[in-house]
Amino acid sequence: MLHIEDLQVKLGDKEILKHIDLEINPGETHILFGPNGSGKTSLLMTIMGYPQYKVTGGKIFFKGEDITHMPVNERAKMGIGMSYQRPPTIHGVRTRQMVEICAKNKVDPEALAAELNCSEFLERDINAGFSGGEIKRSELLQLTAQDSDLLLFDEPESGVDLENIVLIGNTISHLLQRDFKIDPEKTQKERLKERTKMGLIITHTGFILDYLTADKGQVLYNGVLVCASNPREIFRTISKVGYEECIRCAI
Amino acid sequence: MRNLDEKALTAKEKKAKLGPDVDISSYGSETVSHDYVENLVSLSESDKARMILAGVDAHEKERSGTFIQKDTAVIHSRSKQEGLEVMSIKEALEKYDWLEEYYWNLVSVETDKYTSLAQLDLQNGYFIRSLPGSKVTNPVQSCLYLAKENLSQNVHNIIIAEEDSELHIITGCATSEHLQRALHVGISEFYVKKNAKLSFTMIHNWSEQVMVRPRSVGRVEEGGLFLNNYICMKPVKSLQMYPTTHLVGKGAVSRFYSLLVGSPGGEIDVGGRVLLEAEETRAEIVSRAITNGGKIIARGDLIGEIPGIKAHLECRGLILNGGNIHAIPELQGNIDGVEMSHEAAVGKIAQEEILYLMSRGLSEDEATSTIVRGFLSVDIPGLPPGLKAEIDRAVEQSDKEVM
Ligand SMILES: Nc1ncnc2c1ncn2[C@@H]1O[C@H](COP(=O)(O)OP(=O)(O)OP(=O)(O)O)[C@@H](O)[C@H]1O
Ligand SMILES: [Mg+2]
Repeated sequence: MLHIEDLQVKLGDKEILKHIDLEINPGETHILFGPNGSGKTSLLMTIMGYPQYKVTGGKIFFKGEDITHMPVNERAKMGIGMSYQRPPTIHGVRTRQMVEICAKNKVDPEALAAELNCSEFLERDINAGFSGGEIKRSELLQLTAQDSDLLLFDEPESGVDLENIVLIGNTISHLLQRDFKIDPEKTQKERLKERTKMGLIITHTGFILDYLTADKGQVLYNGVLVCASNPREIFRTISKVGYEECIRCAI
Repeated sequence: MRNLDEKALTAKEKKAKLGPDVDISSYGSETVSHDYVENLVSLSESDKARMILAGVDAHEKERSGTFIQKDTAVIHSRSKQEGLEVMSIKEALEKYDWLEEYYWNLVSVETDKYTSLAQLDLQNGYFIRSLPGSKVTNPVQSCLYLAKENLSQNVHNIIIAEEDSELHIITGCATSEHLQRALHVGISEFYVKKNAKLSFTMIHNWSEQVMVRPRSVGRVEEGGLFLNNYICMKPVKSLQMYPTTHLVGKGAVSRFYSLLVGSPGGEIDVGGRVLLEAEETRAEIVSRAITNGGKIIARGDLIGEIPGIKAHLECRGLILNGGNIHAIPELQGNIDGVEMSHEAAVGKIAQEEILYLMSRGLSEDEATSTIVRGFLSVDIPGLPPGLKAEIDRAVEQSDKEVM
């Protein structure tokens, strides 16, 4: 379980997250909404442990452990993984290597890349000249290889063409154990109970909601979590009136 | 040859334009004899280990020939393939009268005190030649090995790829485990004839107190290709060289790739210069420099003399633990219609890249070394796989030391 308690975060001198409380139970997936610059990426980066996001108050617990000051790689080892909005280019490090690093050599990069339509750039330097859609697929490829328990997705479907959106939507749904399939051994209800993966997905377009069910929606506005409710409900409101309604809640 | 001696004498005290001056008189140059070794496997384990690092395979597997000089003595020299000649320069000068035309033809004996020394006090060096039309696809390995404390090793090498031939050379310079102070002066002249292909990969493994002053010039004729790779990742006191290539025939191509790692207390000043003197010639200079506290000057100079030539220079530096890198890329277009460009970047490893890798499960050290290895892993086109593997191995080795 991820448990965030009264989290306050500064980036440089700027307060970007204010008194955040958030709880994601095993098997739950949450959707995170919020206007540009509201602090969504910052929240994910803070959960991942990026040191430039300075925690000035509050705590983060994961699987019962206080991870507020734990280094990034230890969080990764505990089972936190992230798909980035804007990952860096690393010259001389190939996408294939990244997959091997993520999977600790436990998967076959080629087969996985074929599944995720990443074969063409497996031998390319990671993120070097990747198109927007390629970045999303490569991030998903790495996350799939990593097999984390808490998956943080920063706008996984932004800028992705229609064909690939199906692929990405279904893959995320699968990673979060939300794909529907008839299992002769187990009822859907039983399968649901066995879900352990946790997800936190940032979306502007809401497209992702067409491919997976989500338990909760959260709205981040100006560094404050102002709303937690049914994700479709929230998305409809935002689609109709924008974030104006959130301002009313924020006040 | 007396003429050469006279010229050399005039440059005896002439300081080099670049690099700290070396007091040559503080080194000895007496003959150090070593027995000829029929089978390289019988070399001492420690010598073998040092030579392996410089690319020498004691079993001569997948090698077309071998030349090894230890201090002043040639201890092994042979060609395993028809169409390939490998011998000491002294032997070659005796055997071939015509070689005088090639000797000190590209490098001027009056360049500086080091060229002067290599003429006046020559010990030996190698002569490697692929005969017209012969394809020597397995590399020739050569090693200039320094074991004698305080020696000034002075060598002169001539490499000729005759018309339509192909030749690959991996050459290592190394020092014995215990050697501390020494000087290495090496003259190299490369002749790439019409439609020939020559790749020359040099791996240097010096030690902390060794001074190194190579002087080399190449000349590439019509349709020829000269690939020059230089790798120096072990500590060295002072290394200064500025290998130069003249592209004199239509469509000649030259690529110079260097991988440099600077260590505390060391000073590396390495450049590459290509003169594009004929139609449709191409040149590329790529350098990667990492400093761990040492000083590195990475130079590059492209000179375009003919319209329609293309040349590119790329120079990247990474500062890991202090030290400094000075990138000096130069382009000189001396006429209309040349296409020349350069990129240079010097910096430290971006924290963002380290954290990205850490979020995939690597520790900070593992992430750093992954990035360093990536930085050094430049794709060198046209190298046979065996040579590529040697370079990868050198990078792998240095990576352990850089960390
Ligand atoms: N390096 C930085 N220096 C200064 N301000 C920054 C920096 N990085 C982020 N910010 C600011 O922090 C705030 C939160 O940014 P964040 O990236 O978390 O927003 P977001 O909600 O993810 O936005 P978007 O929907 O556009 O991705 C923004 O105002 C942004 O400009
Ligand atoms: Mg964002």
